[in-house]
Amino acid sequence: MKEFDIISTRANRIDTPDKATGRAVFVDDISRPGMLYGALLQSPHAHAKILSIDTSKAEKLKGVKAVITSKDAGSIKYGVSPARYDETVFAIDKVRYVGDEIAAVAAESLDIALAAVDLIKVEYEILPAVLTIEEAMKDGAPLLHEGSPKNLCAEVHQEFGNVEEGLKNSDIIITTKMKNKRQDGAFIEMQGCIAEFDNLGVLTLTSSTQVPHYVQRTVAMVLGMDIGKVRVIKPYVGAGFGIKASANPMELACCILARKTKKPVKMNYTRDQVFMLARARHQFSHTITTGAKKDGTLMAIKHECWLDGGAYTSFGIATVYYTGSLLGGPYKLDNMSYDGYRVYNNKPACGAQRGHGAVIARAAFEQQLDMIAEKIGMDPLELRIKNMMETGDTTCNDLNMSSFGMSECIEAVRKGSGWDQKKGKMPKGKGIGMACGFFVSGAGYPIYRSDTWHGTVIVKLTEDGGTALVYTASAEIGQGSDTAFAMIAAETLGIPLENVRLASGDTDMGVDLGAYSSRQTLMTGHATKDAAEHAKRQVLEVLAEQLKAPVENMDIRNGFVEFKGAAPDFSELRTRYIKEHRGWIDNPTSEKLSFKEASRIAFLERGSIVGTGKYKPHNLGGKFKGAAVGTSPAYGCSAQVAEVTVDMETGQVTIDKITDAHDCGKAINLTSVEGQMQGSVSMGIGEAMHEEVIFDKQGRVLNHDLAEYKIVTSMDMPKVEAIVVESDEPNGPYGAKEVGEGAIMPTIPAILNAVYDAAGVRLNELPLTPERVYNAIQEYKEKNKIK
Amino acid sequence: MKKIIHLTINELDHEIAVEPNKTLADLLRYDLKLTGTKKGCDTGDCGACTVIMNGDPVNSCLVLAVQTNGSRIETVEGLSTDEGIHPIQKAFVEKGAIQCGYCTPGMIMSTKSLLDKNPNPSEQEIREGISGNLCRCTGYTKIFEAIESLRS
Ligand code: FES
Ligand code: FES
Repeated sequence: MKEFDIISTRANRIDTPDKATGRAVFVDDISRPGMLYGALLQSPHAHAKILSIDTSKAEKLKGVKAVITSKDAGSIKYGVSPARYDETVFAIDKVRYVGDEIAAVAAESLDIALAAVDLIKVEYEILPAVLTIEEAMKDGAPLLHEGSPKNLCAEVHQEFGNVEEGLKNSDIIITTKMKNKRQDGAFIEMQGCIAEFDNLGVLTLTSSTQVPHYVQRTVAMVLGMDIGKVRVIKPYVGAGFGIKASANPMELACCILARKTKKPVKMNYTRDQVFMLARARHQFSHTITTGAKKDGTLMAIKHECWLDGGAYTSFGIATVYYTGSLLGGPYKLDNMSYDGYRVYNNKPACGAQRGHGAVIARAAFEQQLDMIAEKIGMDPLELRIKNMMETGDTTCNDLNMSSFGMSECIEAVRKGSGWDQKKGKMPKGKGIGMACGFFVSGAGYPIYRSDTWHGTVIVKLTEDGGTALVYTASAEIGQGSDTAFAMIAAETLGIPLENVRLASGDTDMGVDLGAYSSRQTLMTGHATKDAAEHAKRQVLEVLAEQLKAPVENMDIRNGFVEFKGAAPDFSELRTRYIKEHRGWIDNPTSEKLSFKEASRIAFLERGSIVGTGKYKPHNLGGKFKGAAVGTSPAYGCSAQVAEVTVDMETGQVTIDKITDAHDCGKAINLTSVEGQMQGSVSMGIGEAMHEEVIFDKQGRVLNHDLAEYKIVTSMDMPKVEAIVVESDEPNGPYGAKEVGEGAIMPTIPAILNAVYDAAGVRLNELPLTPERVYNAIQEYKEKNKIK
Repeated sequence: MKKIIHLTINELDHEIAVEPNKTLADLLRYDLKLTGTKKGCDTGDCGACTVIMNGDPVNSCLVLAVQTNGSRIETVEGLSTDEGIHPIQKAFVEKGAIQCGYCTPGMIMSTKSLLDKNPNPSEQEIREGISGNLCRCTGYTKIFEAIESLRS
């Protein structure tokens, strides 16, 4: 492999000096002259008919500029997957969850807007609400959506190979259930947006989003505008984790208010509104049966899952497919079946969250692997190695592992954690456990059916020759994508990182599907490389003409032109460059021709040098229904070891250490890769240990703040040893692939396996509250007659 | 009725008329355009709005502006000097302790307060020092490393 100059270093991120000094601008930091403030009226009922809406009092309040309802917003349905659009901006005939949007107000101040919202009178006819899967599926249960009998939002039935046969040929068959709780994204920046129209009718929406492109399309569709007249700008965003990966009703309401008032309008969610909108991890109820031979060979998986979906589909179709498709790997397995069901009910809609769809299935299955290992007296780590796929293998559902450093990851955590010294040798109450996982490096297909490029990038060289400007519509939301693309551009052009400037997150800059499914490094990275190569080629072509030397003999590296063999005489070019810069103090004196000189000469000959780049995946995956979800050009993979202490008297679980190894292909920025790993682990720990959105009987979120909804704090974050395992991904730019989500996959099962090792109990429900663990220990003691 | 208050923000004296229900966070962000201080909840739970008031870290969303009469406030904008960015900011950048950056200003102000009082904090003291500042991105690991690198 070529030695890299910039890639695979620990370069400082380009965005963090501004973030450290408070200069980075997030949406709520922006204000516009004459700006109005918007507020939403949301349903207090989980299920109710709207009989009438009276906005007259609100409209009369001094300072109110507009009050809008479904009369203004219309009845165009939107959502995430076009086939399952089931939302309107405002409820038309009925509300389906506490928080469903009914109306919005724009006023001169937020206080006035909120006061006006209180003055809107809505008459409801309360309908019976269903809040659980069981209630929603009961005969005669009230239906949320016409055309969805039994409130079934989606079902999936798949079989690969022959599961019955596989189980028949198994010596060990294990069936377990596993259930998590609804999670919240709990990003620290609440969603916000500003919408404004200019005098030519162009709408600019500045929003805290992960997906400017999809928001642009949704806004254009709902407002009935040309896509070319809608510009979506993403300023710095305080993270999203999947929840900000689709247009939200507030963004749409804000645009409609801006259209009606002809003024810029700003809207923000409060923290409890973030909980109300939800769109985070579903509650999954899995039943999985796994069969294996007594030598440990895995034979078959039979998988059933019920997803508690909430009131709308959101990402749910993709979720219910991902839940099945990301299970079998990273192990060799010929037979796998999946029956998945997503059910509507009168709670906020669930959507996508880091590790989309696949986290709890993995938590169940990776425990079963340990149970099998225990039954046959094998080290669970060895069992995994025995069944591990290899580079180039394809799963039974057609996912191709074009690079696969899984075994290296296992060996890395074995060594890093001291597994061989610890496993089976720890005192009661202390335990060690491991698990593996994998994840896509970008969805193989866009959310709407299209042949579109998934990413386009422009690299423009400044006319003085010194700087490369990179323009991408991709979304930096904290993961470090801006820096990764700047590094890729610099590496490709052969210039220092500080000579690259990058702007992103603006739909005027091109098409980019955004930050979801861990796609940007691979996909936008490819497009960036392509654009930089295009720009560089143009510079070298001009040089070749000017120097009458073959273009193949030239390259640019570290900011200088390199020639194969003897350098041709470039003194004329240098003289020309210097004449251009009479009076400047930085005339080149280097022995080598600089990139700056070459690029300036190229401009003089050809005008602005602009490179364009693009990427879309090659045709991927199987032909079966649902094959599109789960296919990806590449898969990241990881292994983790958790070490825990369980207080046998109280049930309190403490995580002492996590050792995490992840194969991210070639690491573009090592520090950022580690950051993604550590962040993933912390989110996994939160879900394993304490996160749970709790509802009352009326369907209201009870713990709608960051005090009662407990994410990991500095006090409970264990030591994490992050080990970056590099492979060379043939489908990735410079060999790179994902790290943002795959690293969460093993966290929960590794903890659960460690808890079993420590306390002898298998937990099949999250989170691991002391009470739940205590009860499990008591049950275990009774069963085994231990005092 | 607005009330006139006097306070020092980043060593600049201010005389401002404020509504009695306005929080310090809103005064800083919306009236004085010191938007480096962030709000992640407005209810005192996240720490993104942390500023230093008379030497102690406070959640500025829980402090009423009128209560700051006569106080000395430090915000993230006040840390950099003519010599460049503050060593804490530098450490956060160099150690990769910043991802989305939304928690960062508050995290840095808590760190400053911690180090001002205790230049050589133990691991436990570091954890406690930033325990009021939630970060959903980093898993805190690199934040710990950044603060540890600043021990004198
Ligand atoms: S905004 Fe003040 S603590 Fe969250
Ligand atoms: S860096 Fe995103 S919340 Fe801390």
